[in-house]
Amino acid sequence: MTLEEIKNRLQSGVPGCQVELVVNGSPSGQNSLLIDRDHGFAAATLLCDQIQLDFCSNVTAVDWPDREKTDKIKTKQTVDGVEKEIERTIKTRIPGYLEVVYHLFSMSKHLGPVVIRMRTGNRSDDVTVPSLTPIWRSAEFQEREAFDLYGVVFEGHPDLRRILMWEGFTDYPMRKDYVPPPDDELEGLREQ
Amino acid sequence: MSQVAEDIMEISMGPQHPSTHGVFRMDVRLEGERVLRLKPVFGYLHRNHEKIAENASYLAAIPYTDRLDYLCSMTNNWGYALAVEKLAGLAVPERAEYIRVIVAELTRLQNHAGMVGFLLQDMGASGTPLMYAFTQREKVLDLFEELSGARMMCNYMRFGGVRVDCSPEWLRQTAALVAAFGGFLDEFEQLLTGNEILMARTQGVGVLPQELAINAGVTGPGLRASGVNYDLRKVDRYGIYERFQFRVPLGEHGDVFDRYMMRVLEMRESVKILEQALRDIPSGPVMDPKAKVRGLRPKVGEAYARIESPKGELGFYLISDGTPNPYRYRVRPPSLINLTVLEDMCLGQNIADVVVILGSIDIVMGEVDR
Repeated sequence: MTLEEIKNRLQSGVPGCQVELVVNGSPSGQNSLLIDRDHGFAAATLLCDQIQLDFCSNVTAVDWPDREKTDKIKTKQTVDGVEKEIERTIKTRIPGYLEVVYHLFSMSKHLGPVVIRMRTGNRSDDVTVPSLTPIWRSAEFQEREAFDLYGVVFEGHPDLRRILMWEGFTDYPMRKDYVPPPDDELEGLREQ
Repeated sequence: MSQVAEDIMEISMGPQHPSTHGVFRMDVRLEGERVLRLKPVFGYLHRNHEKIAENASYLAAIPYTDRLDYLCSMTNNWGYALAVEKLAGLAVPERAEYIRVIVAELTRLQNHAGMVGFLLQDMGASGTPLMYAFTQREKVLDLFEELSGARMMCNYMRFGGVRVDCSPEWLRQTAALVAAFGGFLDEFEQLLTGNEILMARTQGVGVLPQELAINAGVTGPGLRASGVNYDLRKVDRYGIYERFQFRVPLGEHGDVFDRYMMRVLEMRESVKILEQALRDIPSGPVMDPKAKVRGLRPKVGEAYARIESPKGELGFYLISDGTPNPYRYRVRPPSLINLTVLEDMCLGQNIADVVVILGSIDIVMGEVDR
């Protein structure tokens, strides 16, 4: 079953679900499906039950910070009756987001990997995606890890706590803009 | 230790408990000796391995992979090298493929032997089985030292091949070890498999049903002990595994005894693979001449590669943004994900069995915490 067929199945099986094929430029050729997060849970249920992707191998998050894109646009203008070419640079701000990636396989049909992705609204206050742990238990610790290191909030996760960092830690160390705090303990030792 | 209700105790096992295979903690709620709840607590060995690798070049991440599952550095290297090869489209010469299979199966032998030794140690058979296993493990580590210069942190494989070629003398020594390994296994099994105490402590303990094993992503010998025929060496046929004749042992009950037997039977199959690989290994180069090991800049894209490591499915997920460092580097650690079902296997069991069940999962904290 190709990814295109899976995409069509998702669009017909889950009404209103937006699915986009993300093409991968590397020689691995592992393309993925970008599913909108509002229908993510229903889409994943369909993948598990109907396409028999019974094994969720890898769950992870990727941080895409805000980017600035600069485009140079040449426009022709007539100044004082003389046609001139004027170059303008336009800076567009592409807002960042957090992305969760699931690698799905089928143990019964030896299918895979089928890669699905979901994106959050931004990187600060709209960071929820549906948890797929109720479908695949194997996502339980891995979603906790993505929450711990990236700050993605998985809605519907049975036990969403920090897993590797300690309780009371506030930052998200795998984000691209993370700055580690100064090592006070070592500083103190040096002064002594 | 705190008293919650009249007969219910909450105990924190670890992180320095000798049976926890490193710094690992379990919050256990007990009624008498029966487990009512068990929550694993991790992170004591966390060093943010993934961030370190994202700040390093593709080549510089290889020594760090040694330190994931520090008993099986060769297979960790292979998983990572395979991911980079997929990402950058590199080929691997024949001889290097054979050497990879040989060192990976040697790793499996020493890991499984050590795991059985530690499992028996957890049951109270202090010393003897573990030392029997470690005599063999030492021989394998000596071979690794001669080949790569290090016993445990081998740093041996590169994307596009392996770092150095092996000598004919090394192949002869490996063949001698493989020829003698069957005898060791016979002896080991005579000591253990029919042992009444081992059977009493393991049979019917920590049963893992097949559906739960699949749903919870358990991989490796723990999955096959529950009767699921899923071995990546057969399914994905990565490397050159399609050329070898071997069987995938399967369990029936999914208890600790089956998980023990999986290890013993897999060692016997690994011996078969090693015999064939040592017989067929061709001569030739061990590195792809076109592979640019230093300063590799793969095209923008991503790749996920996985191998059957001795502990289960070890996966690496890489995203390249065209720079010399990976944009995203992710390890799918089998040890961590196999722990998902620890609570399910332990519920209703005695506290003494928790130690045995944990031992049968075969975890290494370097990989769990990363």
